[in-house]
Amino acid sequence: MKRVGETTEVSGQSPNYLVAKFQDLVDWAVNSSRANSLWPMPFGTACCAIEFMATAASRFDFARFGMERQAFSPRQADVLICAGRLPFKLAPVIRRIYDQMPQPKWVISMGACASTGGIFDNYAMVQGIDTIVPVDVYVPGCPPRPEGLLYGILLLHKKIKGESLFDAVKRRDEQPLDDKGLRLPPETIDEISEPFGNSVHQFRSS
Amino acid sequence: MIPGLLREAVARDGETIVYVARERLLEAMRYLKETPGQDYDYLVDVTAVEFRDRERPLEVVYFLRSLTRKADIRIKVELQQSDELAVDSVYSLWHGADWLEREVFDMFGITFRGHPDLRRILMWETYAEGYPLRKNFPLRGRFSRAEQVRQALNLNPEGHYSLEELSIAEAEGDLPDDMRDRLRRGERGVIPDPPAP
Repeated sequence: MKRVGETTEVSGQSPNYLVAKFQDLVDWAVNSSRANSLWPMPFGTACCAIEFMATAASRFDFARFGMERQAFSPRQADVLICAGRLPFKLAPVIRRIYDQMPQPKWVISMGACASTGGIFDNYAMVQGIDTIVPVDVYVPGCPPRPEGLLYGILLLHKKIKGESLFDAVKRRDEQPLDDKGLRLPPETIDEISEPFGNSVHQFRSS
Repeated sequence: MIPGLLREAVARDGETIVYVARERLLEAMRYLKETPGQDYDYLVDVTAVEFRDRERPLEVVYFLRSLTRKADIRIKVELQQSDELAVDSVYSLWHGADWLEREVFDMFGITFRGHPDLRRILMWETYAEGYPLRKNFPLRGRFSRAEQVRQALNLNPEGHYSLEELSIAEAEGDLPDDMRDRLRRGERGVIPDPPAP
């Protein structure tokens, strides 16, 4: 695995090699701890929440993956699971919950509505919660079966295990750049995103 | 029955629909509620209809039920599109009309005269795009998605609660002193001017 500080020509006993090995060891320990004790903060707004509850219950039982404790308080949570469609009226609520969660934190967007707005392409609904909070894993489905959510959780584990403590960029807090609420310069946003809201004329930065 | 009150009555499929002139709505409702033998003591719902035919007037619909007589009646008031969209509030007769009329106001923009607290109830108070259930309202709203997200994130949900709503949530004791004073004086949070569409 490539790490910051690791050079390509690692040979013999160079100091870089030892540093990189040490960093790998620390990352392995920290990431395994984090990935195997994720505390979910459920944000259930619709039918996806029913599937979420099924995932938490005995048949599927995501406690097997270290999610034993559901944190109904954002202060003690690691992963925000948005299960269900998000109306604009709840947008500031989920944003505040996300802001209240301590770093490191991750977000799973569960279901079609949370990921894209789904069938609710109307005046009241947020077209994908990634317009409000950054999302790590999208779980498709309407609603996704518990197996789907478990797969998403395992993907998140994989992602966490690929992170590095020594890469400060990955886990910095994002504050809005201006009063428009953008967290990246508009040019960057237009470059990395596509038109959204089932329309070819609307861009995220506009 | 008070003469001249009834404009038109339809009885069909066991349902009774009565059209009432809008000036005399309150009178008719009081008659239905308070006259022995009528006893429509329960206001089930208030809603409104706008038809696709632009010539047809909007209708405000009241569903009444008599709990003692086990009878239902539906009262309709027609509002011409060209006129001012306003009817008298029936809050003085049924206090349950409070939120029902607020919802009709929120979704259709129909004003209820004499309502104690006519504010939006489903959409937020600073919502500036119009009235969502009107036929001339575009499904996706009037603003761009990005603008909608920006406005939604700049909401201050706590800023617009009344003291009454906060005491329902038992949050009154947790309020900062200045906020409690402000709410006690009946002042709400600062509602920013909506941006020009």
